Amino acid sequence: MDSDRTVITLQSASRVGRIALVGIPVAFLGYFFLYPLISITLRGLTPDGAFSFTVVADVLSDPTLQKIAWFTLWQALVSTLLTVVLGLPAAWVFARFEFKGKRVLRAATLVPFVLPTLVVATAFLALVGPQGISGIDLTGTVWIILIAHVFYNYAIVVRGVSTYWARIDPGLEAAARTLGAPTWRVFTSVTLPLLRPAIASTAALVFLFSFTSFGVVLLLGDLAYTTIEVEIWRQATAFLRLDIAATLAVLQIVGVGIVLILYGRYQRRATVRFRQDMAPPRRPVTARERVAVGAVLVSMIAIMGIPIGVLILRSLSPIGGGLGFANYTALWSLPAESAAFADPIDAISNSLRFAVVATLVAVAIGVLASAALAYTSRRVASAFDVFVMLPLGTSAVTIGFGFLVALDWPIDLRASLILIPIAHALVAIPFVVRSTSPTLASVQHRLREAAATLGANRWKTWWTVEFPLVRRAIVVGAAFAFAISMGEFGATAFIARPSAPTIPIAIFKLLGRPGGTPFGAALALSVILMLITTAAILIIDSARGDQRGEL
Amino acid sequence: MNHTPHGRMTLLSVVMMTALALVATACSSESTPDEIVLLTHDSFALSEGVLESFTEATGIDVVVTTAGDAGTMVNQAILTQDNPIADVIFGVDNTFISRAIANDLFSPYRATAIDLTDESLRIPGDLATPITYGDVCINYHIAGLAEAGVPVPVSLSDLTGDAYRSLLVVEDPATSSPGLAFLMATVQTFPEGDSYDWRDYWRDLFANDLSVASDWSEAYYSEFTQNGGQRPLVVSYASSPPAEVFFGESAEAPTGSMTNGCFRQVEYAGILKGTDHQAAAEQLIDFLLSPTVQNDIPLNMFVYPANSDATLPDVFVEFTVFPDNPVITDPDVIDENRERWIQEWTAIARS
Repeated sequence: MDSDRTVITLQSASRVGRIALVGIPVAFLGYFFLYPLISITLRGLTPDGAFSFTVVADVLSDPTLQKIAWFTLWQALVSTLLTVVLGLPAAWVFARFEFKGKRVLRAATLVPFVLPTLVVATAFLALVGPQGISGIDLTGTVWIILIAHVFYNYAIVVRGVSTYWARIDPGLEAAARTLGAPTWRVFTSVTLPLLRPAIASTAALVFLFSFTSFGVVLLLGDLAYTTIEVEIWRQATAFLRLDIAATLAVLQIVGVGIVLILYGRYQRRATVRFRQDMAPPRRPVTARERVAVGAVLVSMIAIMGIPIGVLILRSLSPIGGGLGFANYTALWSLPAESAAFADPIDAISNSLRFAVVATLVAVAIGVLASAALAYTSRRVASAFDVFVMLPLGTSAVTIGFGFLVALDWPIDLRASLILIPIAHALVAIPFVVRSTSPTLASVQHRLREAAATLGANRWKTWWTVEFPLVRRAIVVGAAFAFAISMGEFGATAFIARPSAPTIPIAIFKLLGRPGGTPFGAALALSVILMLITTAAILIIDSARGDQRGEL
Repeated sequence: MNHTPHGRMTLLSVVMMTALALVATACSSESTPDEIVLLTHDSFALSEGVLESFTEATGIDVVVTTAGDAGTMVNQAILTQDNPIADVIFGVDNTFISRAIANDLFSPYRATAIDLTDESLRIPGDLATPITYGDVCINYHIAGLAEAGVPVPVSLSDLTGDAYRSLLVVEDPATSSPGLAFLMATVQTFPEGDSYDWRDYWRDLFANDLSVASDWSEAYYSEFTQNGGQRPLVVSYASSPPAEVFFGESAEAPTGSMTNGCFRQVEYAGILKGTDHQAAAEQLIDFLLSPTVQNDIPLNMFVYPANSDATLPDVFVEFTVFPDNPVITDPDVIDENRERWIQEWTAIARS
């Protein structure tokens, strides 16, 4: 009798659990994403109360807009390809080798994520602008946009793929080598197929970021290069052509949706056997390994280190000349002179608070969504997967205006501070899902079944079997969520908010004033943002668990 | 079991009655709300204690809500006009004011100090109150021009000459408000219907290797020679040179401002229609035009106070040159033509 009851409770509990698994993320995304999106789109497409196809037809047949759509697509594809190709070697080094400063370097890969576009643009122009240090002038070419996209998205590939790569048994590669396969062959026919879920996953994120690129295109591209995202913003804020903006927003979402569906078809649900007793990363031993690791680290420094180095150097070069911390001390003297500047301590504490809330929300919703993806039927899962990713491919202007027209029901949240971390979480959730779902989907059913047979209930199975395996992936997702929130500016700028300046907003305020001191102070605050982010990511990373003990 | 239409109606009407009662209570306490919401743009700033003095005098807290740049802010106000997110809006400039008025955004109010503002700044029907004004002018970097070996340009026509080739950076009028202001200065200087109109002028500017930045910060901080860029001429404000002194190291302004071809930007405040706190909103408008706020404006927002009784700080008096005949365009003309001007400009820029 007792055992009968247990079975019934288990079944019903798992059903309730399953509904919660899918229901909570769907409710969250439904209210904070779909509902505002549909409200603003309907409002835009029905200007006089009735739906009109003329605008849609006009937009679709406008040659300028067609050109913009085409450019948006191809620059995103090329940016993704470049980022993946350049990021893979670094992912390999992080997955397989131990070296001095690895932890700090891994945390620092997220720095570009939080840097304001204008600050990055000034560093880029100092390098590859007219009379740049490199001697090459890339301004006005598409290359400067592509390089900036690699700079911003490099961490997605490096961090996302290396976590997954570390779980793949190096014995498989060794076996292929023993069988006489040359190194490139081992890579293309053993390693690459095994890595495919993680590569596809991170590539999808890089694609979405590049597809909806705003600041980089606005600041580094000239008028000839415009993305749909920039055009939506121009139409909505400069012309108040909500009809055109809404049509473009729908077009953008349809484009993103198609790419995501294609990607879903391509990505087979590969199940990788994760070994429990795998060898931990080790120091490079052979000369060949040392050269390879060294070369990769040098390339990383070239891609990320040089622009960041230029920025740090400029922050330490006050307008009076020489080197010193005058720009940093100015941060504290400026607010006293004028309230146009945010108090840096205020901005730092606001940013940290928003980032903690955004990270918690993104991790909670993201892990539930990943679990739902892993346990539901494949057809439901693939539709759900596209839905979860969509916020990343939707224009920030559209969502921001959508919040305003929709979120006064059932209670008025429009000027509530909670919208800021929620907007950040919307962007961050796809990262948590991307980092956790390949691992979660790979947890062998048999492991779960074995635990269940041994009498563990669903929650116990989760804590003892799945969570330890997926913990590291959650940490990767959490680190991204935190960094996204720390650096986010675009979406926040469109939300009506009571004054609670974040660091990026404080930087923006400084850059909005003439005078050498505010500019130097903006650079100094950017460096502070970098340092705080790196420190916070180091703390989050430490939750990955001991490298040796965990696996 | 009570899900009959009748049962639902009863429930609904009870809810409605309660809601109405609540609204009625809210309205009856209209005379002294606890707080009033001011919607403004990201560049809004006043010294600490200024808004607090309003609270001391009236017992009403001012909650400041920011909403991106001026264009985004106006659009937010229009999108939410059925259920306003604020009571008062500040920072709608003359390039957007007609759009706001055409969308029936404002509840009229004649500020008590309106007679102290210049006639040219006012809006018919008192729908909005002028609070600040400033001139968008071409700034020059003194050392940068010396290095290029050219004198300070006198008129807009000079800029298409060979001597000024590759020296000017402007902002995109579609994405930047000083960019739009400068476009309008050229429309006024080279009017349509003349044999050489603004479109010809811009073609010549582009032929002279003009650089276009997406916003003021990009133009000023990455392209202007004063900040390590390549171009000694930039579209900025007449008040930028005093700001360079105020926030800079030297006692002399490193930059100057042309006095020709300037466009006057006026920023207005208005009461949002649909507010429950009309009386308090009127008090706030009067406060914004009072000496307390007006004296504080120059060094916080680097524009001029609209109230002629306000006192200007020394650095403003010493380092600002007033433009000769700043372009003042009728807001209605701006609203009618803005989109077409920008689109024609964009077509010229892309060709």
